[in-house]
Amino acid sequence: MDNGLNNSRKDFPILDQTVNDEPLVYLDNAATTQKPNQVLQEIMRYYQNDNANVHRGVHTLAERATTSYEAARDKVAAFINAPSRKCVVYTRSTTEGLNWVASSFGNLVVNEGDEIVISELEHHSNIVPWQQVAAKQHATLKYIPLTADGELDMVSARQLITDQTKIVSIAQAANVMGVVNQIKELAQLAHQHGAYMIADGAQAAPHMRVDVQDLDVDFYAFSGHKMLAPTGIGALYGKEDLLEKMPPAQFGGEMIDFVHHQSASWKELPWKFEAGTPNISGAIALGSAIDYLNQLGMANIEAYEQDLVDYTLPKLLEIEGLTVYGPHDPAKHTGVMAFNLDNLHPHDVATGLDMEGIAVRAGHHCAQPLMEYLDVSATARASFYFYNTKAEADRLVNAIEAVKEFFNHGTV
Amino acid sequence: MGLSSLNHLYREVVLDHSQHPRHHGALPAATDHLELRNPTCGDVIDVQAQIKDGVITDLAFDGSGCTISQASASMMTTVLIGQPVDHARELILNFSNLITGKEIDAKMEDELEDAAVIGSVAEFPTRIKCAALAWHALDELLDKKGAAAKDD
Repeated sequence: MDNGLNNSRKDFPILDQTVNDEPLVYLDNAATTQKPNQVLQEIMRYYQNDNANVHRGVHTLAERATTSYEAARDKVAAFINAPSRKCVVYTRSTTEGLNWVASSFGNLVVNEGDEIVISELEHHSNIVPWQQVAAKQHATLKYIPLTADGELDMVSARQLITDQTKIVSIAQAANVMGVVNQIKELAQLAHQHGAYMIADGAQAAPHMRVDVQDLDVDFYAFSGHKMLAPTGIGALYGKEDLLEKMPPAQFGGEMIDFVHHQSASWKELPWKFEAGTPNISGAIALGSAIDYLNQLGMANIEAYEQDLVDYTLPKLLEIEGLTVYGPHDPAKHTGVMAFNLDNLHPHDVATGLDMEGIAVRAGHHCAQPLMEYLDVSATARASFYFYNTKAEADRLVNAIEAVKEFFNHGTV
Repeated sequence: MGLSSLNHLYREVVLDHSQHPRHHGALPAATDHLELRNPTCGDVIDVQAQIKDGVITDLAFDGSGCTISQASASMMTTVLIGQPVDHARELILNFSNLITGKEIDAKMEDELEDAAVIGSVAEFPTRIKCAALAWHALDELLDKKGAAAKDD
């Protein structure tokens, strides 16, 4: 029976409800995913049994909290195949991770006249921090263009990345165009020219096996809430020697080694970046989310989602008047499918779908430069996860047809 | 519920205003204009007004957007052209109350004419910003106009 990967839907009670009198079809997973019972129970367990502040107390609860918090770090490190737990810093989100790299590391290595290379398909969180570095250091921000298909134009990338380049920062998976970028090849290019490679893993880490050593990225940022964990927790991976060089972005408690009246020294990695009481339950829940994903198997998740795309994308492309952005070949497309319907505004389309119980995102998806590039003000976007089903894909396709009918004839 | 509930939001008069917007385009005789952006979708609306002796003598809007924002802007122009600024501001306030689900005076509702129909957007909380955009732009424009007048 088609019921989500390995019948996982039973672990997500939120999916079992009606919205506007229709069974919910949750297709806004690129914005945030739902959380399974296992993760929610782990948060409850932590607060009911172990709650204490980490790295300080002598008492037993503090020791238990610290052990769980650090055990979760080991899980994160293993999940992305980081060579050492020292290379994994907890953050609030991908946005925070990228901001730290830009403000602390970017400002350290980018000088006047240097170039920072990003791409046309980036999320604002991988654009705006680099704009700030470029402005501060009098550097230039360059954009790798896209092919007609919506993929990164690697020919242009080879021309744009030069000895002038200090930073290359690219999303591993795109949040609108639904493509996976060739991070390993880009990292090679960057390194050939003495530049650093940063990957925004927000849309990739939840959906595929990530190996930061194989990709050979210098930094990799991702969020917990897009992979079953709660909001407010994320992780930043960095190569150990670079994290050593990089100054902390925040200062205060927890991150210090010793504080004198006029100066202070930092703790060793990874704690020098974790100022203040961290999101302890969030980190532990992220560890639990990773356990859940590992149990399903990232390769299985990837294959299952690809099967959903193979099923869904051709059906969407058959709808007359529907424009689907990104490659039309399902093999090149992820479960993130952005579209527009005829001349309808995506907000009108999304309201129509909501009335049918279908949750999609409508807007600029924090990618306004991309919207400009595509010459649209906004798009609708359906994004799938392993708990979605082909039956739900059918509901989406039928509802789009119904919405089209409604707006063409003004009534149903 | 399904799509039939869309009829509450997209009444015939709303669809008519969005498909055939009144006072859409440039207003060469405008004395003031203000551009406002809906941050969630990036839609931009430019409201232009001709204000003489404390009366809104003409209004127009430019820009594209969703059905609700376009219809609401179109309705706003038909309701507010010819209104004294003070009364226009009262109507804007009442419109704002209406779309956020608050009760308003029956007389005010009458005066809002077609625009009162869009009050049903209150049932669709995610769309309130769309309905409010043009009205907020005009309100801000009148704010600035008022502040400038005091400076003179």
